[in-house]
Amino acid sequence: MTTALPAVHPAPAHAPEKPTIDGDKTLSQVTSDVFSPIEKRASTAWKLSFTAAASALLLGVVAVGYQVATGIGTWGLNRTVGWAFDITNFVFWVGIGHAGTLISAVLLLFRQKWRTSINRSAEAMTIFAVMCAGIFPLIHMGRPWLAHWVFPYPNTRGSLWVNFRSPLLWDVFAIGTYFTISAAFWYVGLVPDLATARDRAKGIRKKILATLALGWDGSARTWSRYEIACTLLAALATPLVVSVHSVVSMDFATAVIPGWHATLFPPYFVIGAVFSGFAMVLTLMLVARKVMSLKDYITPRHIGAMCKVIVFTGSIVALAYLTEVFTAWYSGNPYEKFVFLNRAKGPFAWAFWTMVACNVISPQLLWFRRIRESIPAVFVLSLVINVGMWFERFVIIVTSLTRDYLPSSWSGYAPTLVEVATLIGSFGLFFTLFLLFCRYVPMIAASEVKGVLVRREAQRGPR
Amino acid sequence: MLHDGHVIVAAGRGAAPVFRAERVSSAPRTTAPADGTLAVVLYPKVAMLDGSQAHNAWLHELPDPVTKTTWDNYACLAPETAERLGVETGDVVRISADGVPAIDLPALVQPGQHVGVVAVAVGYGRLGTDRFTRIGPQWLESEPTVAEGGTVGRSSAPLAILDERGFRITGRVARVERTGRREVLACTQDHHTLEVPKHLAPAHGEVRDAVRTTTFAKWVADPAKAIARHRPPAADLWAPDHANAGPRWGMAIDLSACSGCSGCVIACQAENNVPAVGRDEVRRHREMHWIRIDRYYAGEGDATSASHQPLMCQHCANAPCETVCPVLATVHSAEGLNQQIYNRCVGTRYCANNCPYKTRRFNWFDYPREDRLQNLALNPDVTVRSRGVMEKCSLCVQRIQSAKAEAKRSGVALADGDIRTACQQSCPAGAIVFGDLSDPASAASRLVAQGRAYAVLGEINVKPSVTYLADVRNASAPQDAR
Repeated sequence: MTTALPAVHPAPAHAPEKPTIDGDKTLSQVTSDVFSPIEKRASTAWKLSFTAAASALLLGVVAVGYQVATGIGTWGLNRTVGWAFDITNFVFWVGIGHAGTLISAVLLLFRQKWRTSINRSAEAMTIFAVMCAGIFPLIHMGRPWLAHWVFPYPNTRGSLWVNFRSPLLWDVFAIGTYFTISAAFWYVGLVPDLATARDRAKGIRKKILATLALGWDGSARTWSRYEIACTLLAALATPLVVSVHSVVSMDFATAVIPGWHATLFPPYFVIGAVFSGFAMVLTLMLVARKVMSLKDYITPRHIGAMCKVIVFTGSIVALAYLTEVFTAWYSGNPYEKFVFLNRAKGPFAWAFWTMVACNVISPQLLWFRRIRESIPAVFVLSLVINVGMWFERFVIIVTSLTRDYLPSSWSGYAPTLVEVATLIGSFGLFFTLFLLFCRYVPMIAASEVKGVLVRREAQRGPR
Repeated sequence: MLHDGHVIVAAGRGAAPVFRAERVSSAPRTTAPADGTLAVVLYPKVAMLDGSQAHNAWLHELPDPVTKTTWDNYACLAPETAERLGVETGDVVRISADGVPAIDLPALVQPGQHVGVVAVAVGYGRLGTDRFTRIGPQWLESEPTVAEGGTVGRSSAPLAILDERGFRITGRVARVERTGRREVLACTQDHHTLEVPKHLAPAHGEVRDAVRTTTFAKWVADPAKAIARHRPPAADLWAPDHANAGPRWGMAIDLSACSGCSGCVIACQAENNVPAVGRDEVRRHREMHWIRIDRYYAGEGDATSASHQPLMCQHCANAPCETVCPVLATVHSAEGLNQQIYNRCVGTRYCANNCPYKTRRFNWFDYPREDRLQNLALNPDVTVRSRGVMEKCSLCVQRIQSAKAEAKRSGVALADGDIRTACQQSCPAGAIVFGDLSDPASAASRLVAQGRAYAVLGEINVKPSVTYLADVRNASAPQDAR
């Protein structure tokens, strides 16, 4: 008798996987859980959040409008510090985007099933973060109305051409490529769910969704092409995880300014980007699972996995900080040595130590399972890490610029109201877009989640 | 003689003038003040003098050669005195002397000053200087240079003495007290020595050698050792593949000759249409001068000395600004100039960030104004820059071009000395020499070939076209100790 059992319940080769999705969902339950929030009327919580986000955005629009009309002088920059909040925000937002690509592309290629319920919102986060990032290089220009001069296209403006040696130019290409690929990847992944939404909708809504769903018919051939397209786009997006922030780091690494001029920067920036991006995904997911009632889809298992990525990348970030200091000491270059002493003990020491506390010390708490499993603790840590990563960029840019080679040129920096309003505005833009996304687009890739459920059903056998 | 209309007098005739010390009347000595009071010394600033030109914004915005402070007069106090009074630079103090109205002025801690003295510049507080109320950009957080109906600085005239011995600017004794108020002075330099702050210096302290100073004795003993520090030869990644056929413009600046008078700064401002931006913008470190005089103190107490270094765009052969501009708005000319193309500039400020000398200036606001009278003062040969573009020293490229055009027209080859930059022209000491560095016979080349020549920040291999000649002093200066 006992010998027959294994045939009925084949023992898995390793310990049984913890379920990716809680609550023993059936396929139709998944459909209704994912699609009902976008079909119902907006909740009060959503309306309040949207009002707050849109107000912040409006504040930012006013600030940027005033700055463009009046001049960059409305920012706190000076003859010594040519970049501060603007490029800090730019690098911060580009960094935020990285986790989305990592989750949706790299984890797709590595067949990590736990990614299914978070990948769409993570990818949406990427797109919105890159949009926020892209605004800063544009508005930081003295004459933003001439921004098209950075594009190398045939023109009638004489023999002048772009400077292919300039890292800023490569930023334009890197960010442009990143945005295009991310948007395409996100949209292609969205098509099956748009088709589901279309099938459930009526009237004008159905017509719009029908156009957006690109004539999806659910046939095996459609699915096959969809899978191929997704894999190809994932393969295209994967190198971008490394390349985009490497290019961004070149803005600093190729400069002669002590504290910027370091070969360490590309890997240091990439890992920092993944670190900050995962923290942002956590922040958003923890809010979304509560507000949008998605607790069964974004489970402690997802949160735990992301915490582990954070503690891993956070440790590499700490190693990078140490490597920077070691390089400065080992180089014997007095300017480099000074930069690090100045960071730790100079006028911006408070920013430096905020950075160390947030990025080096706080993620180490995630080694403890109790902390990883406490939602409020993880939420607070994710916010702390985002603050820390913003300060990391601020420290790199501002401490290096304020005190470079000639002591006569040393100066300070303090942001103006316009700069602070612009930073708030960028968060406003990000959250406005993200809330619109939560409201009008299925937040969870239902088709992929169902794939995971089906696999599990197959593993478990007939009930 | 009548025919020629002049006489040629052979040189060398006549006795050399003899200095007669007895002819110089001794300055009235200030009596050492009793405890708690300070001797007042009024002094004319190099730009403002007696204040008769106090309606000229250029002179107000010219950083004082010693204090580097603009747009104000202030009460200079020795560091020890300031500490005793419990004041720091920017704390407003009340100077009260018997029989004259008290004057409130921001304090300025002046290293090297006598401990028993409070020094105040004359020529300030002139009526009508409220015309500068609206100088510079007006925006959300801007503060007017002068309050409506106010004056730039305060008149120190009441502290002068007019008696039977005549008009004297010393001799009064005054009490100096804190008022508790603060007024931020518009100073263009935040850090005043070549030494990095002690608590931030690596183990043995750190002195940056932008200004190299030595004594005559050391210089005679071993010129190479006195000036140059050992640097490993800088290697180039690429061979110099841009052969230089024509002239290569450059400059030699003799720090021994420079007294820091700042005439060059005003000359450059007049020549190159450099705007005056007002007190608030200078406070924000946004002065627009293309040439600046860096002043570094060395030593302490009575042994304090100051070095001055005129610094403008160094026109580096390996210019860090040129590689980073995304739109090629700053490029190298065939004659070795680092050119800024205003029309092409989109204003990313990357070039300024990457400039190790920080000589680039950005148009934070729209400085040119529609003022038909004032605009008559503009140099028609130089573009007036609009908002959002970078600008910097061009080595007076307009003068180079016009001299070249003139040479071509007259068919005479351009000779050394035909081109004089505005700063060179106005330097009373002849400290600045412009010329063609590819011509070994040019005055600039001969100076560059001197043993005193060095490049500021030569160690980062940017290859500047401006060369400095080290400051050789007779007396032992405190900074030689290093």
